Amino acid sequence: MSHWTVLPVVLPAMMAAFIVLVVRHHVTLQRVFSLAGTVALLAIATGLVIATWDGTILLYQLGNWAAPFGIVLVADRLSTLFVFLTSLLAIFVQLYAIGSNWDTRGRHFYALFQFQLMGIIGAFLTGDAFNLFVFFEVLLIASYGLMIHSGGPERFRVGVQYVVFNLLGSTLFLFALGTIYAETGTLNMADLAQRIAAAPAEHTSGIRAASVMLLMVFAVKAAILPLHFWLPSAYAAAPAPVAALFAIMTKVGAYAIIRFYTLIFPPDLEATQGLFDTWLLPAALLTLILGMLGVLGARRLDRLVAFAVIGSMGMLMAAVSVFTPQGIAAALFYAIHSTLATAALFLLVDVVRDRREGNLLTFDLAPPIAGGALVAGMFFAAAIAMAGLPPLSGFIGKLLILDAAMADARMAWVWAVILGMSLIAVIGFARAGSTIFWRAHASEAAFDQGPPPEDEGALAPLPALPMVAIGGLLATLVAVTVFAGPLQRHLAATAEQLFSPAPYISTVLETPGKEITYKGHADDSHETDSGLGTATEQDETQAEEEAH
Amino acid sequence: MELLLASAVGVLTAAGVYLVLRQRTFPVIVGTAILSYAVNVFLFASGRLAVHQPPVLNDAATAYTDPLPQALVLTAIVISFGMTAVVVMVALGAYLSSEDDHIDDQPETGDEGAQS
Repeated sequence: MSHWTVLPVVLPAMMAAFIVLVVRHHVTLQRVFSLAGTVALLAIATGLVIATWDGTILLYQLGNWAAPFGIVLVADRLSTLFVFLTSLLAIFVQLYAIGSNWDTRGRHFYALFQFQLMGIIGAFLTGDAFNLFVFFEVLLIASYGLMIHSGGPERFRVGVQYVVFNLLGSTLFLFALGTIYAETGTLNMADLAQRIAAAPAEHTSGIRAASVMLLMVFAVKAAILPLHFWLPSAYAAAPAPVAALFAIMTKVGAYAIIRFYTLIFPPDLEATQGLFDTWLLPAALLTLILGMLGVLGARRLDRLVAFAVIGSMGMLMAAVSVFTPQGIAAALFYAIHSTLATAALFLLVDVVRDRREGNLLTFDLAPPIAGGALVAGMFFAAAIAMAGLPPLSGFIGKLLILDAAMADARMAWVWAVILGMSLIAVIGFARAGSTIFWRAHASEAAFDQGPPPEDEGALAPLPALPMVAIGGLLATLVAVTVFAGPLQRHLAATAEQLFSPAPYISTVLETPGKEITYKGHADDSHETDSGLGTATEQDETQAEEEAH
Repeated sequence: MELLLASAVGVLTAAGVYLVLRQRTFPVIVGTAILSYAVNVFLFASGRLAVHQPPVLNDAATAYTDPLPQALVLTAIVISFGMTAVVVMVALGAYLSSEDDHIDDQPETGDEGAQS
């Protein structure tokens, strides 16, 4: 059992504690330690990706307890992919936070940032459903702090909505977990997969209810219609680096849906038939429509990008709900692409806000942005990627999704919505870009009363570090495009691994560790579960007898 | 026992949902707290209701009550307590900075708002 699997969770936790306890008065030291910690995290994540590249499943038993009793962390291709993506994104976001001084506009930015990373990565790695809830809470409580970083009435007001919405999501999550535990007597994900598959067909109503509740919880995280209300205001009001980091948070919901509904409630499970065809696919397509109409209708640039996030989640979930290995592989590709693209867009919005006269983000006419050519060029590239135009990765992702949807019975709907909404997104982004970057020059005459003299100060050259951060994100997008072939082969392998969960289950349940030894009923000891497992089954039969 | 517990969960949930749908922050926070009580009781019942049984398994015990839900409830209580403290502070911050405790979106006015 290698300890590398738990390190991506432990490292940010230690780093956060260190930052808040030891170096809380030294911003420079905080920056150094936080960035160094994230670079180390990226190195570990790279190691994990390489270790799981050939399909190996790494298991870490916390406290060395064997699986159904102890909590396990599991690293397979899907987990390590998202851990890698998170740490890569975190580096660019921190570079931007340093370069733009966002980290000094409030307290404890880096401690919260590291706790947020811990929660996100823990959610990707855990193999236990209740532990997933705990990591969700860790990432949420850190995100509450980050959301209201640097304060202000608007941020606080939206922060309350965000916190309350997610509190309700957490409550629903607990209800779902309680139902699952009452039905199966376990919360280990591999064990759940076995027990739910073996559940008698006439006793699946509780399992069905739990699966729908879980889907709703993850849909809140992934901002799928009609549970998306928290997203536009929250992402628009959050500080730019935080909004960029939040780009991975919606993917946590998508990850949880992919994980739960391939492992625990697989597509061929009788009890949860129709969940995806009847509910998730229409919801995903409506999310896509709403998101892209929001892009067209937004009156501020930050809300425009927030609606683009919703649209991209709709696209992603449409690919997921086709529910073939091909569809999942396409969804994963699109998830990588949209995380990087939305992060770059949120950072660019902040640059525009800083450079534009009056810090306006509306589409009113204003004098041109200082140093506008580079910003406009980057916005152009990021918008092309986000709207899914060639030559960037958004186009490839969309092509893969369309290709995967060919096998689906409702291909016509999927194609019509995706293609139609792409057109609307292109119009929305083109309008925003041309108003902010082009028409500014055309209408300079309208401002011939002259810009106030202090504007000359604002025309200073663009600070380098934020541009490096955004450029890095865009360069990664280009790399994703250039290496799309090898990446896509790896993602196809990832999807194949998800659709044959037997090695996952056997790795988790058959790896030896400490077990509870119970000498009471040695005669009727179970094969894999001793003590508690058997007793729970007794409880269940008892309860069923009572029910009759 | 079952009837009492089931109706307690139901009434708490109904009251919580009603309060959460109010427009001002204080009832909403109380609503989330009540919902978390409801879910704690629900979680507690997910290991079946057993009265006067030890939550441990030893050689002498003939029967026991499932200890896992108790551990889950403990975790859930700690988390929801912390979360309630956070939401109170955030709501207080929102109220003190804008003299307004409405939780719903005010009509969008375009250019004012999230300026750093």
